[in-house]
Parts: sequence; C-alpha cells; structure tokens
Amino acid sequence: MSGFDSSSETSRRHWPDARGRYGAFGGRFVPETLMYALDELERAYRESQSDPVFQAALADYQKHYTGRPTPLYFARRFTEHLGGAKVYFKREDLAHTGAHKINNALGQCLLAKRMGKRRVIAETGAGQHGVATATAAALLGLDCDVYMGTEDIERQKLNVFRMRLLGARVISVDSGSKTLKDAINEALRDWVASVGDTHYVLGTVHGPHPFPMICRDFQSVIGREAREQILDMEGCLPDVLIACVGGGSNAIGLFHEFLDEADVAMIGVEAGGTALTPGMHAARFAGGAFGMLHGALSYVLQDEYGQIGDTHSVSAGLDYASVGPEHAWLFQSGRVQYVYAMDQEALDAFQLCSRLEGILPALESAHALAHTTKLAPMLPRDKVIIVNMSGRGDKDVQQAMRFILPEEGDQP
Amino acid sequence: MNRIIQRFAELKARGETAFIPYITGGDPTLARTEEIILALAEAGSDVIELGVPFSDPVGDGPVIAEAALRALNGGATLDRILELVARVRRRTEVPILLFTYYNPVLVYGAPRFARDVAAAGADGALCVDLPAEEADEYKATLDAAGLCTVFLVAPTTTEERLDRIVAKCSGFVYYVSRLGVTGAREDLAADLREAVARIKRHTDKPVAVGFGISTPEQAAAVAGLADGVIVGSAIVRLIAQLGDTPETAEKVGEFAAMLVAAGKRRE
Repeated sequence: MSGFDSSSETSRRHWPDARGRYGAFGGRFVPETLMYALDELERAYRESQSDPVFQAALADYQKHYTGRPTPLYFARRFTEHLGGAKVYFKREDLAHTGAHKINNALGQCLLAKRMGKRRVIAETGAGQHGVATATAAALLGLDCDVYMGTEDIERQKLNVFRMRLLGARVISVDSGSKTLKDAINEALRDWVASVGDTHYVLGTVHGPHPFPMICRDFQSVIGREAREQILDMEGCLPDVLIACVGGGSNAIGLFHEFLDEADVAMIGVEAGGTALTPGMHAARFAGGAFGMLHGALSYVLQDEYGQIGDTHSVSAGLDYASVGPEHAWLFQSGRVQYVYAMDQEALDAFQLCSRLEGILPALESAHALAHTTKLAPMLPRDKVIIVNMSGRGDKDVQQAMRFILPEEGDQP
Repeated sequence: MNRIIQRFAELKARGETAFIPYITGGDPTLARTEEIILALAEAGSDVIELGVPFSDPVGDGPVIAEAALRALNGGATLDRILELVARVRRRTEVPILLFTYYNPVLVYGAPRFARDVAAAGADGALCVDLPAEEADEYKATLDAAGLCTVFLVAPTTTEERLDRIVAKCSGFVYYVSRLGVTGAREDLAADLREAVARIKRHTDKPVAVGFGISTPEQAAAVAGLADGVIVGSAIVRLIAQLGDTPETAEKVGEFAAMLVAAGKRRE
C-alpha cells in the first residue's frame, strides 16, 4: 500500500496501482469470461498512450470536432447575486453534443477502432453518454447499441430520439430498477458474449479496471484546460472546485489536474434526492457502505445483505447506487469533500442560473450549482470558485416542467 | 473429508461423471427449494449448486437473473438460505456448493461467511465475479473451514491465468464454455475435448463443464469429455414453468433423473 498514506509525498495523480486499486478501492471483479477482454483493453490503452499518431488524432478531433478548449466563463451576475466568491463556469455544456461525455466516448471509440473492433456498446442514464457514444460511433463508422433503462427512456425521450437519428440502436432494459445500473448489467452481459468484435464504452469512472483510469484520463482534459484558463484570467489557481458526482467522471475530469495542489479545495456534490432515506436518494458517501458493484470496490448503497439498493434523483445522470473508486479513495483520504444537494435545491439552482446567466444547466450540473449558492456567499470576494458546467439542460426541460410551476409574473 | 472431494473421488473410482444441477435458493420459495434439493439428490445428483440470489447478477442470463429476483422478492437472504441448508443436511448427505456473487460475501465478511457456511453443512462456494487474483483472503478462510473453493475457467482464459486459477480451485474446476450453439455439436465436442485437455495439462483436479446443457443428449455428449456436467438454466426454467406447486419438486426430480441416466455413462 505504499503511497496510500495521505501524508506521503507520492502524487495522488499516479494512481491506480498495477491491480487497478485506488487505495482500498477499485480492482477488477468480473466473471472470468471478461478478464481477457479487460487485459486486452488495458494493453491497447497503454500502447495508445505512447503512440504519437493516436494522440495526434485524438487532439485533432478534440479541437476541430468537439470544440475544445471549452471556455472558462466568469459568471458575473451569478456571482453578484450570491455576493461572495467569484464563480467561474467551466463550459463543458458547450462541447459537441452538449456535455463532457463526448471526451470519453470519442477517446474510447478511437481506441475501439485501433483495437480493430467493428461495434461499440454503451449504457446510458440521462442519455448524454449514449448520445456521445452514438455520435463518436457515427463519426468513426462503428456500429452502436446503447442500453437504457425503461424508466430513463421515459424521462429522456429527446436523447433517445437523438441516438436513433445518429444511427444507434437503443435497447430498452426492463429488469431490476429499470435505470442506469440495470443498463450496465445488460451491457456487461452483451459484452461477455460479443467481446471478439465489440468494445464496451463504459461512460463513467466506474467499472472494472482499466475503465476508471481510461475514462479519467480522457476527461482530465477539463482540468488541464481550466488550470491554464484560470491562470490567464485570474493569475492564480482557484480556491475551490465544485462538480456533481454520479459515477463521477466530470468531477474527476476537473479535479485530477489539481489533486497535488494543497491549496485547491474540491467538493463533489451527490444527489440527495427527496430525502436521505433508503431508495429516495443517491448520496453514496452519506448513506452507503464499502462494497462491490459492477467490478469495482467502492461505496455502495446496499442493504445489510449486500443487495444493491434502489436510488432516486431528479437527474437520471446522478441516479446510481455506487460511485467511482477513485472518488471513494479521495473521500476516505479526506482530499475531496463530498456533500449532497436535494432535488428541490437543484431545481432552484436550475432556474436561478437560467435567469441570471442565460444558461440552462443540466439537472446534474444544477446540483453543483446548488452547493455553490450555499458556499459562495460565505467566502470573501477575492476567492475563486470553478464550477464544472458538465452539461446543458435542454434535455431536462420536459423533466423540469413536471416540477417547476411558472410564477405569477411569468404568465403571459 | 469434504463431501465434494469425496464424491469426485468415488466417481473417479467407478469411472462415472458427476451430475451437477443448479437451482436458485428461494425460487419459488425457500420451503420448495428444500423439497427440490431432496428430489435432485434422490434422482442421483452428485453435487447441488445452490444459488444465493444477488440483485445484480451480471454473469447470468435472463432465466437465472429472473429466478434471483423472484427469490429476493420472496424474502430469500443468505441467513435464510443457510438455515435451509442446515435443514436439508439433516435429511441428505448430498454435497452442496453455494453459488453466489462477491458483494453479499464481502458485506457478510469472508471469515463469518466461511464459519456459517461450514456450520450449516454446505461444502464449498463459488463467487462468479471474484477472480482468483483477488481471492487470497477468501480462499484462506474457506480452506481453514474445510470448504471447497471453485473458480471459473473460460475459453478466453490465458495459460498464465489458468495456472493461477486451478491452484485456487478445490473440489473441481468449473469450465464455462460459451460455444454451446445449437447445430454445432460435432465442432462443440472437438472444441470441448481440447478445452478440457488444456485444463488437465495444468491440474489433476476434476473439471466440470457448464455451457447451456439442457437435454439428455447434450449431457451424454459432455459426459464423455469431462468429469462433471453442470445443468443450470434448463432446470431453473422448468421450476419457473411449474411454479410453486406440490408437484414441482417431483417433476424437477424426474427431469434430473433423465439427465443423470444420460450423463452417467462414459463414452
């Protein structure tokens, strides 16, 4: 366990270890039929990292196709309204397809091509990762099947149609809780049987090693850009980073670059749902315990027998019973603070940001904004917060309409 | 001596193949599972694979995944399944292997799991999603309790990993083949013969095969090639069709007897 001690001089940025562990978390817990595929993937990924042709292709697509770097935006009216620290938004909502998910999907689809696979599969909750994978598959000429829970299909009809327009097949999953975790189960079952010609584009920093590492590496472009941008705009590093945490890919993408900067505080915001009682939320660090789901040791919402619990969140993208193993390690070591925002708080922040900044945030990102509205007023005006605007909220408009009643003044 | 090891030794001496049915504990009910185990034992089963249901069984197809859900909805827990094993053990000496996923064992605690499984009278365990590389503590605690530890080998398992896996197996090695498509029996037999031979080059432990064997003809074909024949989904599907009736156990026993009759013969 060398390097796990939080006081060690070893960088936090060099994890995982050879077994895919982040301290006591992570690893590779899958049926034997998948072990070879994971070994093959890890080998191919490590080769691609030192291949200048692959890296150049990735950089080219990021710049000319995704539209990177995404802006770092000073949210002036949001800041003035809160009356405290300066709030910047890292605008991943402006990346092609409208969320950070494209960073990982594009990287993994390029990897799939390099490995000679003709087909990719993906799971999706909010639909953003499904759309991103369908997009990258269309771009690169790969067949694409996306697994999605029937409850999420109902909540995210727009994204379902987008995926179909992009040529992907959306396969509805009617088992279990009919949400993200069940979609992952089905994608894993597909992959067990199809591994010869198929790559599984897992959409977050969870799952068996090497997925959490690969996804993090493709997402950490967010933090690298943000560092350069804030140094340019403020002449200093940020004081606080805030991001929502479902599986945790947008958060790790922003945080990773700064993990060794002791003066940069980091806050991950989970979904508090409607109440912190089992089945009503997805706050794994508040209500979960050590366990193993989908191939990785982490914090898991589960019962006393290790059966996985039901979850709830107004945002499909945060509605998951476990959390990326690197987050579990960052939580345990105290490097990152994890809090939660309730459904209603997120909906309030969703409206506030829309009105003050003309930016409709994804309901996932609205959880990060909700915590920002609590924290920023308590900090002096010379402090700097960067919030990861992980996705845009157009996909959530229908969902939001169910909860948000127009106020008097809004009536025509 | 452990019942699973002993049974394979006896079968080897007689030149017979083991018949190993899988059922999900608590499907359709815990009481019915008890009757089914007794019927399977009566029919000549050599080891019963008893599934401890898990909410997210990624290694199972829809038939067994749905059985797990039915069992959980009916209130099956690890505690209750161990009580069931203890009741069954008073009435039969048939070897019992618990078949589960890692999280329920992890949460229960491996040392406590080993102690309680042994106390209930089960003879070993298999965790589908616990690879041999991660199983040092688990293996040590089950060994100390006198329990067998079974691990899976797949067609894609490399030679290097095969060594590690068979070293961790006791009782038998579970070969899970994905080549079981209909109409390909000739090829299947050839592939399977080579696959079993490959494992045998690494170990002298018994090798049992499960690959979607659902008919007496398939059981007979595999029996000539391996030390054990595992039948899972076909039996679980039959239980689902029969439902919770007084005849369920008897009919499952009749089906098992046909498979045993076909599978016991060496080629």
